[in-house]
Amino acid sequence: MKIENREALTNVCQKTQEEIASYTCRVLVCAGTGCVASGSQKIYDRMKELCENVEGVSVEFQKEVPHLGTVKTGCQGICELGPLVRIEPAHYQYVKVQPEDCGEIFERTVLHGEPVERLFYHRNEKIYEKPEEIPFIAGQTRIVLENCGKIDAESLEEYIAAGGFSALTKAFFDMTPEQVVEEVDRSGLRGRGGGGFPAGRKWKQVARQPEKVRYVVCNGDEGDPGAFMDGSVMEGDPYKLLEGMVIAAYAVQSHEGYIYVRAEYPLSVARLKHAIGEMEKAGLLGDNILGSGFSFHMHINRGAGAFVCGEGSALTASIEGNRGMPRVKPPRTVEKGLWEKPTVLNNVETFANVPGIILKGADWFRTIGTEGSPGTKTFSITGVIQNTGLIEVPMGTTLREIIYDIGGGIKGGGNFKAVQIGGPSGGCLTSEQLDVGLDFDSVKKFGAIVGSGGLVVMDENTCMVEVARFFMSFTQRESCGKCVPCREGTKRMLEILERIVAGEGELSDLDELQEIAEMVKNMALCGLGKSAPLPVLSTLKTFRDEYVEHIVDKRCRSKTCQALRKYVINPELCIGCHKCSKNCPVGAISGKVKEPHEIDTKICIKCGACKDNCAFGAIYVDA
Amino acid sequence: MLSQSYYDKADEIIELYGRKPSSLIPIMQDIQGEYRYLPRELLTYVAKEIGVKEAKAYSVATFYENFSFEAKGKYIIKVCDGTACHVRKSVPILEALQKELGLSKKKHTTDDMMFTVETVSCLGACGLAPTMTVNDEVHPNMTPEKALALLEKLRGGTA
Amino acid sequence: MGTMTIDGRKIEFTDEKNVLSVIRKAGINLPTLCYHSEVSTFGACRLCTVEDDRGRTFASCSEEPRDGMVIYTNSGRIKKYRKLIVELLLAAHCRDCTTCVKNGECVLQQLAIRMNITSVRFENTRTIQPLDTSSPSLVRDPNKCILCGDCVRACEEIQGIGALGFAFRGTDAMVMPAFNKPIAETECVNCGQCRVYCPTGAISIKMNLDEVWGALADPNTRVIAQVAPAVRVAVGDAFGLPNGRSVMGKIVAALHRMGFDEVYDTTFSADLTVMEESKEFLERLGQGQNLPLLTSCCPAWVKFVHDQYPEFIPNISTCRSPQEMFSAVIKEHYKGYEKNQGKKTVVVSIMPCTAKKMEILRPDSVNNGERNTDWVITTTELIRMIRSAGIEFADLNPQSCDMPFGLGSGGGVIFGVTGGVTEAVLRRLVDKHDKESLDAIAECGVRGEEGIKEFTVDYKGIPINVCVVSGLANARTVMDRVKNGEANYQIIEVMACRRGCIMGGGQPVKPGDRTKAARAKGLYNADSVMIIKKADENPTVEALYDGLLKGKEHELLHNTIPW
Ligand SMILES: Cc1cc2nc3c(=O)[nH]c(=O)nc-3n(C[C@H](O)[C@H](O)[C@H](O)COP(=O)(O)O)c2cc1C
Ligand code: SF4
Ligand code: SF4
Ligand code: SF4
Ligand code: SF4
Ligand code: SF4
Ligand code: SF4
Ligand code: SF4
Ligand code: SF4
Ligand code: FES
Ligand code: FES
Ligand code: FES
Repeated sequence: MKIENREALTNVCQKTQEEIASYTCRVLVCAGTGCVASGSQKIYDRMKELCENVEGVSVEFQKEVPHLGTVKTGCQGICELGPLVRIEPAHYQYVKVQPEDCGEIFERTVLHGEPVERLFYHRNEKIYEKPEEIPFIAGQTRIVLENCGKIDAESLEEYIAAGGFSALTKAFFDMTPEQVVEEVDRSGLRGRGGGGFPAGRKWKQVARQPEKVRYVVCNGDEGDPGAFMDGSVMEGDPYKLLEGMVIAAYAVQSHEGYIYVRAEYPLSVARLKHAIGEMEKAGLLGDNILGSGFSFHMHINRGAGAFVCGEGSALTASIEGNRGMPRVKPPRTVEKGLWEKPTVLNNVETFANVPGIILKGADWFRTIGTEGSPGTKTFSITGVIQNTGLIEVPMGTTLREIIYDIGGGIKGGGNFKAVQIGGPSGGCLTSEQLDVGLDFDSVKKFGAIVGSGGLVVMDENTCMVEVARFFMSFTQRESCGKCVPCREGTKRMLEILERIVAGEGELSDLDELQEIAEMVKNMALCGLGKSAPLPVLSTLKTFRDEYVEHIVDKRCRSKTCQALRKYVINPELCIGCHKCSKNCPVGAISGKVKEPHEIDTKICIKCGACKDNCAFGAIYVDA
Repeated sequence: MLSQSYYDKADEIIELYGRKPSSLIPIMQDIQGEYRYLPRELLTYVAKEIGVKEAKAYSVATFYENFSFEAKGKYIIKVCDGTACHVRKSVPILEALQKELGLSKKKHTTDDMMFTVETVSCLGACGLAPTMTVNDEVHPNMTPEKALALLEKLRGGTA
Repeated sequence: MGTMTIDGRKIEFTDEKNVLSVIRKAGINLPTLCYHSEVSTFGACRLCTVEDDRGRTFASCSEEPRDGMVIYTNSGRIKKYRKLIVELLLAAHCRDCTTCVKNGECVLQQLAIRMNITSVRFENTRTIQPLDTSSPSLVRDPNKCILCGDCVRACEEIQGIGALGFAFRGTDAMVMPAFNKPIAETECVNCGQCRVYCPTGAISIKMNLDEVWGALADPNTRVIAQVAPAVRVAVGDAFGLPNGRSVMGKIVAALHRMGFDEVYDTTFSADLTVMEESKEFLERLGQGQNLPLLTSCCPAWVKFVHDQYPEFIPNISTCRSPQEMFSAVIKEHYKGYEKNQGKKTVVVSIMPCTAKKMEILRPDSVNNGERNTDWVITTTELIRMIRSAGIEFADLNPQSCDMPFGLGSGGGVIFGVTGGVTEAVLRRLVDKHDKESLDAIAECGVRGEEGIKEFTVDYKGIPINVCVVSGLANARTVMDRVKNGEANYQIIEVMACRRGCIMGGGQPVKPGDRTKAARAKGLYNADSVMIIKKADENPTVEALYDGLLKGKEHELLHNTIPW
């Protein structure tokens, strides 16, 4: 299908809308990474099979169900409840659907429009029929994710029917490139990849360059472990991202673009490839887009397993076929980026915000979020929280709203301790900051960063020293090794942290840790090194007592640190069966038969073998 | 010596991406995808064909975690140790697998070339933490027990 | 253009490309480990970091100067950070300074002294790597590598070879050839520029001092030294004499004191090269064959052609390099004496060059089944020998070289700088001997530091297009142009090292641009005070052609095995 011009696009839109409206029933199966992992492919296949079988057998039935769509959508953010199946137009949301449920869904819902109650989301004895009712979704404002879960992520027509590409046509036919740049600038859209740099200003700088060959690059490397927002956009609404990129290309008059997708996202790559192919066929990418005379070509690059490639200059180096080592600036990417040409490099979510801004205007965008950080932000909330998943909320939403209203509070009923924000380059916010509205500037004040939007919720069973160690081991492993502060500094910090969690720390280690951390923060070449010490600095500040406890009392209050655990036998429960002492590799357990045994903590190497083997649950871990 | 078929395959992949230095990474990715490792001879060959110095090609190949000069096992198991998975106890899963297969931090692949166990930072399914993949298929909500059961299944499937 | 405030002082700047240069201009020796003005800015050591008035820290080597900048190069915290960086580097470093080849000349060591680092708190946990001694020219000790990447950039950007690269990442990162192969198995041309750029002992000259001392101590040898042109201007400053001044006379005296039986000047065989090469050139020009003629004095360049442009092997001049011509003549000269006196002749050439150590091992550097040059020692090694012998070099009375091979022309002397070979050949080609004609040659475009110089001279009505190149990356550019028919030259002179042998891989390394200019100036000065300017005016050359060389020109002065 080739779409020749603006009118043709409107026609496709209308036709598809009519087609969708004429469906008596649509079964939307979530095909995001999460739900696929939970088995949604089987659900999709089964539903398809059921519907087709019927078509083949009964002609009457076909009349009753003239259009029956079973489509694959992108992540709806509540992967934990997956596989998700949504039924339209009845607008039922089924959760945790198993292949066995398909027959019933088909029988009752597809054929007769009746709900299968047991598949609705239940909480506190309440039943939630419609997706919007689920508190997790109710608390959100979805702009970037608006289509995720609603439309077939692979269907160009459906994207068009949902209003897709009308921003593109508006930009192409009603606006000059300068006006597009201006609109984005006025919107106050700030880069969602971590830095929060104003996108419009970046575009302006590129548009100003004397060099006419320019590139538009999308950063889909999403390296923060524990964050999957960008992946969800690429999987769930690839056309929106691409539309944003084409608009950017038009704005800065670039004719070639690249998307760099992280290695672990094969589904994103597949969906984007498919989408690019469809758009090329339709004339929405390639030469002379929609008859406008403007041309833009897209390429996909897959990452190869290096977190640091998310850094702009490392990313362009990687596209060029080099080691992903960040380079010194100047020159900046806007002057000499990819192939040494002026380059607009933005994050997935940044681009995905663009169509909305162009279509509805900068003023509309500014009504959402805060003065300094307009718009929404996606967050992935994970960790010890009731509802893990992907959310989108206006900038300025408080942590409390996110954790308690949307996230449903702490899992297992424990007490909130802290939330790690911004991934391994971020910091911790504690209960004192629960009521602070999250935006780029407010979070920075607390020594953390919004980053890409990973929120890891931790309760009192989390050891903050161990968390610091975990992040340090991540950055240490991912350091490119180019500059001395990061290469050598993170290694030494990690050594110290490892010592402390192993119960071998000394108080002077804390000063050393602080000394190295500050040096690395100030002296490293790129953002990875500069931010690597943040988790350490932030926990050292807020949870210094835990560090001291590990060092002085050799105690880990959350019982996380293996080496500091104390294995104790409860004399009340021990029947003296000897099994534990037989299992102990170092002979730390003694006791007479049929009398309570005892563990000599000096000898014990904390292997846990005794605990695992005691049939009477008499052995427990003490802090 | 590699058999000619390897070079033919390499030529095919080179054609796909073009004889230019920037094709190095995608070409190596496809070769790695084909053979589950990067034969050294092919790296040298590809470098020459696309006009990249051998030392440079080697430096690129060793920079990225996904490239390996060692052949990997039939089943590549990646245990996610991203933040979400880590706080939901991914490490015991890794340890259980390593223990069962006699692997370690240094040794990733079993001698019978059946299993390779690695860690990865986030598979993008954090909502279902802890996760792991077997040859790119994501397995959600893992526990050490479930991981071992899966191992049994994989073993059985090929016995 | 503008003014910035550095440590409270107002400093003007013009076209300095980075803040670091302005700071240096202000007379502040900011520590650096990874900045060299001639290769790309890497920004990895972070030692050049300074602080501005807003407390922002940045690396001065990679920041453009801006008007009104206010920076502090030595604030309390910057000093603290810098010291910690050096401590961290030392912690991952094999610190056996006393026995390290770089002891006393090592930038890292100097920094440790400067920052008063008297202890290192961290253990070295790097696994010990074996040394790579495969090359006849260089030794790589990865345990001393601080990953500054200077060698990688020098080899890639200046020499266009790319034999070395980074491998792995993070703390596992290392610098090595592909697959950590022995460097001798790569396309390395032995130029030693990596060693010149290396701030530590991680790449060093493969020394042959023991062999030479051994020969000197052996009563049954006649040890003969030949001293290359570029050596004479690179020794003095090690002994407190001015940079770049020619100290040939003192070198001769020192060599005699150390026990060399005869000391000669390679300038003499440079004259032979001029004679042979001009003859060869005129022949080729006449026949229109194998043009452009590619010079053959630089073994690194010759290896480069073999490895990278084998189709141009026939274009390389068949002339042996001056070093090899010299050794062949000496060995021939003493053939008879040896029988008489039972002494073995040992030729030691003293060179600015690490590649010469490779050249003597080439199958063609042989006559009568024997290697013509026994050992090559570099200028750096010569300085060590002088020191080790306890000679007060600065106080030595100059001596002249022994005869009959101690006399050279000014044309031979300037072989040590890029363009020198060509200039000497041009002198030979013109019939006139007056100062004016010689000055005209000097002005024709052959002199100067540029990496690629092109000019046309007239030879008896025939325009001759000449290209003079230094640095192999430049050579690659030129050769590609020739290959693609975009350029038409009759002669291409290539010296692998930028600026020629004065900056050779075996020269002592002193940071700073002044050395380069001073050494070149030193050679041109030495030329200007010489009475004999042209090879064909050298009476000993003439005598040799009539005597020893008669009928043996080809055997002794040319490569008989085709290159
Ligand atoms: C170590 C490191 C990793 C980064 N990873 C990512 C990433 O995965 N995705 C991303 O969009 N930006 C990442 N960034 C930020 C980018 O450098 C860059 O600022 C961003 O992509 C620009 O786009 P934006 O302005 O739209 O945010 C990373 C930065 C650093 C220093
Ligand atoms: S800070 Fe770390 S990741 Fe960044 S350039 Fe330096 S070593 Fe590489
Ligand atoms: S195994 Fe349990 S019950 Fe038996 S002796 Fe040990 S602690 Fe007591
Ligand atoms: S934890 Fe291990 S070492 Fe300690 S008592 Fe139990 S079995 Fe023995
Ligand atoms: S390289 Fe420098 S610091 Fe290292 S051992 Fe040698 S002299 Fe000492
Ligand atoms: S500097 Fe110190 S360690 Fe080195 S030789 Fe002198 S006394 Fe010994
Ligand atoms: S000697 Fe020359 S060619 Fe060899 S590695 Fe060093 S710089 Fe490169
Ligand atoms: S070998 Fe020398 S120049 Fe090369 S990276 Fe190591 S320290 Fe730097
Ligand atoms: S230019 Fe001179 S010093 Fe350098 S490699 Fe060639 S001959 Fe040796
Ligand atoms: S993948 Fe289905 S809700 Fe996230
Ligand atoms: S952290 Fe494991 S899937 Fe994201
Ligand atoms: S000299 Fe500036 S970072 Fe090394």
